[in-house]
Amino acid sequence: MSREGEQAVKAPVRRAGNVRGSAARLGLMAVPVAFFAVFFAYPVAAIVARGLKADGAWRLGRIGDVLAQSDVRHVLWFTTWQALASTALTLLVALPGAYVFARFEFPGKQVLRAVVTVPFVLPTVVVGTAFLALVGRGGLLDELWGLRLDTTVWAILLAHVFFNYAVVVRTVGGLWAQLDPRQEEAARMLGASRLRAWRQVTLPALAPAVAAAALMVFLFTFTSFGVVQILGGPTFSTLEVEIYRQTSQVFDLSTAAVLTLVQFAAVAAVLAVHAWTVRRRETALRLVDAGTTARRPRGAGQWALLAGVLGVIVVLLVLPLAVLVQRSLGASGFGYYRALTREDGGTFLVPPIEAIGNSLQYAVAATAIAVVIGGLAAAALTRRDAGRFVRGFDALLMLPLGVSAVTVGFGFLIALDEPPLDLRASWILVPLVQALVGVPFVVRTMLPVLRAVDGRLREAAAVLGASPWRVWREVDLPMVRRALLVAAGFAFAVSLGEFGATVFIARPDNPTLPVAVARLLGRPGDMNYGQAMALSTILMLVCAVALVVLERLRTDRSGEF
Amino acid sequence: MSITKKVSVLAVGLGMVGTLAACGSSSDDGGGSGSGGSGTVTLVSHDSWAASKDVLAAFEKQSGYKVKVLEDGDAGQAVNKAILTKDNPQGDVFFGVDNTLLSRALDNGLFQPYEAKGSDRIRPEYRADRDKHRVTPVDTGDVCVNYDKAYFAKHRLSPPKTFDDLAKPAYKDLLVTENAGSSSPGLGFLLGTAAKYGDDGWEGYWKKLKANGVKVVDSWEQAYNEEFSGSAGGKKAGGDRPLVVSYASSPPAEVVYADPQPDTAPTGVADGTCFRQVEYAGLLANAKNPEGGKALLDFLVSKTFQEDMPLNMFVYPVRKDAQVPEAFAKFGPQAEDPQTLDPAKIAGHRDPWVKSWTSLVLK
Repeated sequence: MSREGEQAVKAPVRRAGNVRGSAARLGLMAVPVAFFAVFFAYPVAAIVARGLKADGAWRLGRIGDVLAQSDVRHVLWFTTWQALASTALTLLVALPGAYVFARFEFPGKQVLRAVVTVPFVLPTVVVGTAFLALVGRGGLLDELWGLRLDTTVWAILLAHVFFNYAVVVRTVGGLWAQLDPRQEEAARMLGASRLRAWRQVTLPALAPAVAAAALMVFLFTFTSFGVVQILGGPTFSTLEVEIYRQTSQVFDLSTAAVLTLVQFAAVAAVLAVHAWTVRRRETALRLVDAGTTARRPRGAGQWALLAGVLGVIVVLLVLPLAVLVQRSLGASGFGYYRALTREDGGTFLVPPIEAIGNSLQYAVAATAIAVVIGGLAAAALTRRDAGRFVRGFDALLMLPLGVSAVTVGFGFLIALDEPPLDLRASWILVPLVQALVGVPFVVRTMLPVLRAVDGRLREAAAVLGASPWRVWREVDLPMVRRALLVAAGFAFAVSLGEFGATVFIARPDNPTLPVAVARLLGRPGDMNYGQAMALSTILMLVCAVALVVLERLRTDRSGEF
Repeated sequence: MSITKKVSVLAVGLGMVGTLAACGSSSDDGGGSGSGGSGTVTLVSHDSWAASKDVLAAFEKQSGYKVKVLEDGDAGQAVNKAILTKDNPQGDVFFGVDNTLLSRALDNGLFQPYEAKGSDRIRPEYRADRDKHRVTPVDTGDVCVNYDKAYFAKHRLSPPKTFDDLAKPAYKDLLVTENAGSSSPGLGFLLGTAAKYGDDGWEGYWKKLKANGVKVVDSWEQAYNEEFSGSAGGKKAGGDRPLVVSYASSPPAEVVYADPQPDTAPTGVADGTCFRQVEYAGLLANAKNPEGGKALLDFLVSKTFQEDMPLNMFVYPVRKDAQVPEAFAKFGPQAEDPQTLDPAKIAGHRDPWVKSWTSLVLK
């Protein structure tokens, strides 16, 4: 299609639609902006200011002091390179997986797609334990080759792949499944080699999704906390670990504030680079129904690829999870599971099993908040001719992923302590905090798809007299329903597993699953350990079932376009 | 993390009711039927707080206050957050600041003075801040090296008893401890060695420990559930360190939480490696319900609560006349001669010690 032609169609509509469009966009953005201002920017600013202000005067000299320490520079360097390495490794391992899930039809695909997402929701305490069974003493690698990776950086990198595999498979695979394979086929008919067709047709179309996935993985690994502590041992430290230590142990809020700012600046720089590269690549794509693009593998090469991907998934993802399940079955007759239903007033005021209900309620609320806030933001950000202000906002939405949970948690305490926003003791705080992490997923998952929707469709609808709302409902929504469900799945999973901030606010009479697991693990004795494993298994199942249900919802409706 | 972190379960759930107050009624929404109080009194604590439901209900009924509990992360976080919010506190009473952090709380003006009723029954060695009464001791516990009985029986080796023993070649590569910079028992163990060997000696001792193959992990959970060979979790995870820094109350937990319960604990305590922690509670400055807070503090040092506490939080009472449950006394006796340090001394040295320790042991 010719660029000029597109411009020619657009030009007359634009002038008329522009004013109304901008107003609508500002209206859409008001809600997410307010949400982030109140529940993110304000608390974080409050805690940073508390650290950097003494007797009413700013002590900006602290920034130089802290950065001058060689320890701090070492931590910054380690944080950066391990995140880059983890991201590269994750893409390397997971992109074939994304392809397989997008293009191949095979039995158990839906369940497997849910399974690879399960690591995402598990508290790192539990996953660290399980992962040691793969890379640690007496683990699989140790048995096979006498190879032990615990307390090496390899354990950290592999665990990061384990955690983030689903991010790539879902984000990239989601778009890949909707790319029309006939375009690549056409290129090959015209004489392009397989590689060339992929490089020149598929890759450019995928680039925004790959970049989005890489960005997410980078942010997650850059701010990695539990994995580094458990698998790396006390000699490895990321900025996030240092911020946690300075805030909750040493209580040196000024050092914590400087480190928070450093992490903030680093994340902001990455987001800026991302925004810049993605903008140059995004194009309108012809999207098709995902159901029509996948087929059974053909030929030895494709079967080998499928087998290879499944092998990686089994070893890297399923095996550690299986270890948890096995340990939860240690007592005879599901003893650990039965113990969960007993009222155990010591650990909690309620039977631990009730944590399931709590977690589900919080996760549903958090998902709803994240989908509404994220959906509005994504809708406002859709137009590629959006101004600089809007693009900045796009990056801003990602910042919560780059700020330590302990910073946000402490910030909430001192910022939201006066009516009408004295939320410190309110249950709504839990889903709000969880939604903060969910929104970036919703935006990241929906935006590439929304932007891929051909703008002329919207314009045509507008020319025919549809209101902006109706354009969104009739043009955008059917196309992004799939992305919306994927996004909701992510938000749900993230809420189920969120621990760092929830642990501050969950009450003894309504613990969430991860909080309950952590508390049980914090006590000696067989029944406590076993119950922790049993609850972790339940957490996995709840997550997997929820995701499978979401997949079903999607398939039922996919025939609409 | 704190000394109360490591264990608890409701005695009732296990059919081990000790001397609970004879009151089984559920809470009655704080109706003012007792001795005049009404409304809600809020206890801010860490995530190891635990009490029997009936004991709390009895207090509610008798005092007229409804008790609300907020658990605010681990012990370090809970104290820090209480300090951050001291102008507008989240509750009336804070429980769970131990002797390693006491000065941080006092110096920051976290508490207002109140001498709890029954304070005269508390063992004098635990009472701190005696001229101002800003804090009341509630429980105590010992950080000690635990050993895996089976390992030492199998290798015909007698388990270590003292700090000195741990540095001997016979125990090379056997001990796992926690990062003193991030773990409460890890810090306790470091303070124990500092008390034992003095300001000039502890670093020399740690050099010997390091040469003897001490392993350091970040958290108690990892050390005890993963690396230690004697715990239920460690057995499943294939832990291969038969010595771990944990608590004097960990062995009874291995008995109480086993199903069926064994006759003896699978682990023991090296009696000469203990450091004593004391946990305090206090009335928060700017508390909204100071009267309720005072009643709650009285309750925390009452005989009823003190006797209920051991099996819930696996700590020892501070009250002279409180009976320790039999099962508890049998498997988890308190150390006879633990190391102790004055809170003021800890305040001045904690951070530099941790710093030196980190560069000495971790780098």
